[in-house]
Amino acid sequence: MTFIAKPKIKLPGEQLNEIGLKRSDYEGVLSTLCAGCGHDSITAAIVQAFWELSIAPKDVVKLSGIGCSSKTPAYFISGAHGFNSVHGRMPAVASGALAANRDLVAIGVSGDGDSLSIGFGQFGHAVRRNVNMLYIIENNGVYGLTKGQFSASADRGSKSKRGAVNRMRSIDPVATAIALGGSFVARGFSGDREQLVPLIKAGIKHRGCAVIDVISPCVTFNDHEGSTKSYAYTRSHYNPAVNAEYIAPAEEIKANYDKGETMLVTLHDGSRILLRKADSSFPPTLRSAAMRYLEAHSSRGEVVTGVLYINEDMPLVHDIAGTTATPLTDLPYERLSPGSEALNRLQKRMR
Amino acid sequence: MSDASHVNDFVIKIATANGTGSASANGLLMKALFRMGLPVTGKNLFPSNIQGLPTWYEIRANRDGYMSRTGRVDVMVAMNAQTYSQDLAEVSPGGFLIYDSTWPRRDMDQRDDITVLGIPLARMCNEHFDVARIRILMKNVAYVGALAALMDIDTEVLKTLLQETFASKPKLVEGNLEAIRLGYDYAKEHFTCPLPVRAERMGDNRKHILIDGNSAAALGCVYAGATVGAWYPITPSTSLMDAFQGYCERFRKDPETGENLFCIIQAEDELAAAGMVLGANWTGARAFTPTSGPGISLMSEFIGFAYYAEIPAVFFDVQRVGPSTGMPTRTQQCDLMTCAYASHGDTRHPMLLPANPHECFEMAVQAFDLAERLQTPVFFMSDLDIGMNDWMIPELTWDDAYQPDRGKVLGPDELEDMERFYRYLDSDGDGIPHRTYPGTHHKGAYFVRGSGHNQYGGYTEDAEEYQQVVDRLLVKWDTARDLVPAPVLTPAEQKSDLGIIAFGSSDGAVIEAMDRLADTGVHVDYLRLRGFPFADAVAEFIEAHETVFVVEQNRDAQMRLLLIQETGADPARLASLLHYNGLPIPSDAVVDGITEHILKEAAA
Repeated sequence: MTFIAKPKIKLPGEQLNEIGLKRSDYEGVLSTLCAGCGHDSITAAIVQAFWELSIAPKDVVKLSGIGCSSKTPAYFISGAHGFNSVHGRMPAVASGALAANRDLVAIGVSGDGDSLSIGFGQFGHAVRRNVNMLYIIENNGVYGLTKGQFSASADRGSKSKRGAVNRMRSIDPVATAIALGGSFVARGFSGDREQLVPLIKAGIKHRGCAVIDVISPCVTFNDHEGSTKSYAYTRSHYNPAVNAEYIAPAEEIKANYDKGETMLVTLHDGSRILLRKADSSFPPTLRSAAMRYLEAHSSRGEVVTGVLYINEDMPLVHDIAGTTATPLTDLPYERLSPGSEALNRLQKRMR
Repeated sequence: MSDASHVNDFVIKIATANGTGSASANGLLMKALFRMGLPVTGKNLFPSNIQGLPTWYEIRANRDGYMSRTGRVDVMVAMNAQTYSQDLAEVSPGGFLIYDSTWPRRDMDQRDDITVLGIPLARMCNEHFDVARIRILMKNVAYVGALAALMDIDTEVLKTLLQETFASKPKLVEGNLEAIRLGYDYAKEHFTCPLPVRAERMGDNRKHILIDGNSAAALGCVYAGATVGAWYPITPSTSLMDAFQGYCERFRKDPETGENLFCIIQAEDELAAAGMVLGANWTGARAFTPTSGPGISLMSEFIGFAYYAEIPAVFFDVQRVGPSTGMPTRTQQCDLMTCAYASHGDTRHPMLLPANPHECFEMAVQAFDLAERLQTPVFFMSDLDIGMNDWMIPELTWDDAYQPDRGKVLGPDELEDMERFYRYLDSDGDGIPHRTYPGTHHKGAYFVRGSGHNQYGGYTEDAEEYQQVVDRLLVKWDTARDLVPAPVLTPAEQKSDLGIIAFGSSDGAVIEAMDRLADTGVHVDYLRLRGFPFADAVAEFIEAHETVFVVEQNRDAQMRLLLIQETGADPARLASLLHYNGLPIPSDAVVDGITEHILKEAAA
């Protein structure tokens, strides 16, 4: 076998979540990515978020496309069904899976090559349909598996490892998702787990398509001087505009609730997200304000992070389609077949 | 033409322009003949256009029940000045041409071997109706009235049909009946009615229905229990999803909440449609997509994925004329190779080959059972002729005892009792492993991937582990051979060295050609293929005949190549009979092809 099962290490006194599972129960097989890869930090944040939310692994589906990022669903929640699809087509598979069983908790992991080039159309349409999923883009600005070509998210002026300068404008998935009318759009950084875990929890709990663009430096091909997706660059240009704190339905809000700098967003299941804004003038519930803020700060080369747009009232694709609340996969055949009598009646009109 | 020979045996062809509303008038005419008990079929020859280009509707009524096209036109209704010369030329000697004599026509007296009848349809309608659009529509209904007089079509039947159609709009019934009368009275007054080409009440069609294949296939999807449909609009498959939507609105609404017990997604493209179908099937729904050749090309990457990752999926390919955009509104059987081996790498896919809407209904249900039993993509190979034309078929029946074959699926209880579940392990030697649905049990979790995997479901780049899985897929392919619909043998009246292999929409032409050839002393056995991979009976049939004519509607003899490739048949025994101009194959093509071959052999 050429995959490596992760040894389950029993730590005495390891904490259990509400459904009695350890954090290690949310892990997968051992990562085969490069040591220090940002993606592994994101995997760890995903493990932490699902464990903290006490979601049963069997209720989760994890989907991906092709690329380094798309390998990662194997590295978390081994008790969940996984679907490593074809390049750029994760959103379609997720859309179909959720059309069939709307109760599944879906997490799609994609990359900048997967979602902003070959799968740009599918990314856009998943956002447009507001498919109820967490959509993580592990964004490193390069194609890793094919040895370091620029991706569509590489910034203009960024240098490749071999010294070539990217002259093409970059596509910002956050600006794109907001412009397309996305219902939840956030950005994180693989190097800031404190900010990332709550973002992921909010994204999972959000009813709709939660897009989180996570800057995730490629240590092998894009972590050098002159790259705008390196650890060093991201840290020095880091602008956490809105930090999120996830608050479960029954949980009390302990933090100071100051109206100017914080905002409380209530989610569908009664849980809340407390948003702490670095800039009190920026309301992440206003699309135009989000776009202006992004434009102003990214033109200075800043990496704006946090929940940058949220709207809990946008209809899901199922709301628009009028699909039954029961997952279609749970409907017994008897409810699906009209039967012979109906067929006879129908055919009266065909004579 | 002699009197008796053209009673209940004729072809009416109506030439109009697209968008003038002739479809409902032509449907009315066809249904009237059907209600009079005549075996009848209608073929729509239409342009890829919304308004203005020429369109034809061909109705064949035949007392012996032959359903294919013939090379004949007995009565032409030439309503389109643009195609008048062409339409005039197409009338068979001794036939009749009706035209709108409101305006004079060039070349109108060019033929003296047919009878040309002018009726001032536009003038009459302009005098009787006020609204411009109504005048245009009623012109069509008026030619139906004229045909009723000329061909003895029962006006009471026409009246009843109009009353049924416009039950909620009695005013429209009046207008239409008025138009029928205009045409009817004019013909009665000016011509000797009826013509020798005419209808006469016969038999009883009450055990038959008129339906197109796309509607029948959609109905099959409903009865199969399909809940998810993902698609991208493409002619000629669009009406399949339209019909599915329509039947679901009728049969799949929760009576209490009004919620939909189905979900249709219009995808952004065919690539996405295929992905959605895979996602939904993987999750445990029965999901499908209707498409046509260009869509199959786009879906191919996912098709290979589904083959290797073993995900059930049903693809309806309503074939049109290729290559490339080709002729979207014309018919062919040209995607056989594409679908049989769709996608890169070693892939093979089961195909179902329905011959008419009746089989569309039945095989649509079978397609889902097969896909889930075999855990693989299944192709339903319809075509524009079957899918979009009106066919008369024996009424559909349904067995209420039917239960879907969901294949080898492990539920939560079985998983609970298992030590470990391995997704790609063949535990009983039929090449088919067990699968699980997401959301049922954490022990059933597995990771599906298009990259190399071993029988346990783990990622692999190991030579032996890889090969073990793809070799097992071949075992599954052999299992499929006995599961797809078996071929149907129609033996000749006398023992023969000649055979025909055909499939799909060529069936009607072959059946009629067999009878016509038998009349000339040429006897041919006929094997109709209904599924791929081929049953052993196919190789045996080829083996038992000196020459087998493979009749198909494509240029490159794709079925013949598949037969050689898959059965190891001797190519020298397989003669091709090809028809690929985009029009449904007429029986003449089969008769002429076989006759020519025999003459050539005799000369050689």
